[in-house]
Amino acid sequence: MSEKVQITEISIQTSPTSQLWAGVRAELPLLLGVIPFGMIYGMLALEAGLTPIAAQAMSSLLFAGSAQILTVELVRTATPGFIIILTIFLLNLRHMLYSASVAPYLKQTPLRWKLLLAYLLTDEAYAVTIINFTEHKNASYRHMVLLGAGITLWSAWQLSTAAGILLGAVIPTQWSLDFTIALTFIALAMPAIRDRPGLVAALAAGVTAILAYSMPYKLGLVLASLVGIAAGMWSERSR
Amino acid sequence: MNIWLIILLGGVLTFAMRLSFIYLMDKIEFPEWLRNSLRLVPPAVLSAIVFPELLVVNGQVNLSLDNNRLIAGMVAVLVAWRTRNTLLTIGVGMGVLLLLQAVR
Repeated sequence: MSEKVQITEISIQTSPTSQLWAGVRAELPLLLGVIPFGMIYGMLALEAGLTPIAAQAMSSLLFAGSAQILTVELVRTATPGFIIILTIFLLNLRHMLYSASVAPYLKQTPLRWKLLLAYLLTDEAYAVTIINFTEHKNASYRHMVLLGAGITLWSAWQLSTAAGILLGAVIPTQWSLDFTIALTFIALAMPAIRDRPGLVAALAAGVTAILAYSMPYKLGLVLASLVGIAAGMWSERSR
Repeated sequence: MNIWLIILLGGVLTFAMRLSFIYLMDKIEFPEWLRNSLRLVPPAVLSAIVFPELLVVNGQVNLSLDNNRLIAGMVAVLVAWRTRNTLLTIGVGMGVLLLLQAVR
């Protein structure tokens, strides 16, 4: 009897390779949005005065699209470094939530794998991975799904950055791509506003950012983010 | 600050945040209010960036209909809200901005 049960379990087990490909396949449609984003980043980085090597290095060391575009924008406007670091910290805080969200599924994974998977845990890789994790609760080799999604995104990001850097050297700067930054952030922000506290956080942060616009060192951005989060928490509590 | 130092510190910081709970899961239990406040971070930070981009023109707040970026941005908000499509949002937003600039 117990043998039979075991056989059934083995039959629903997946191989590392099939899990890897499941991750790759799930990630592919997202590349449609990621590749132009990477190219825009590459072009903006050159416009802001970064060398091609620094622009490419940021894509592999920071490996976070919106934080990279924001960093480049802050470098262009001569923002002090500690404000840039603080802004990167605030903007990427959400990754702690992703980390918390995938952590229960990766408990059995060895540390060296955890290090690699953490490096690959971007918005887009997280999004498809957590859907796979929650839909296939008893699957084995789960970490391979995140690896497949992560490597797919990583490759697309490095290559599209390089393409943007090459194009950036050719395309005249008068094309002024700066408005695509605001548009990209709009596209990222809207799905993140899922309920009333989210909306309250966004509106409070936006209004504060306008009121605090003239603060030095772009401190208004940090203040506005904190006010927004506090307002969202207040809205959460008063429900 | 040197750009390489920014890249390096930003990279280490981002990696540490991505690793945080994957590494700590067995060791600590994190409170619910922290979970909830983390969820609010993307909408707050992103709109703190977007609002001035749309509303501040040459250092002045411009809430009028003359503000092309405001109108293009509002259209983009609608597109993003209805479709949740990044490419379409960028495409339509840029299209509206270029159209307004050409017409006016």
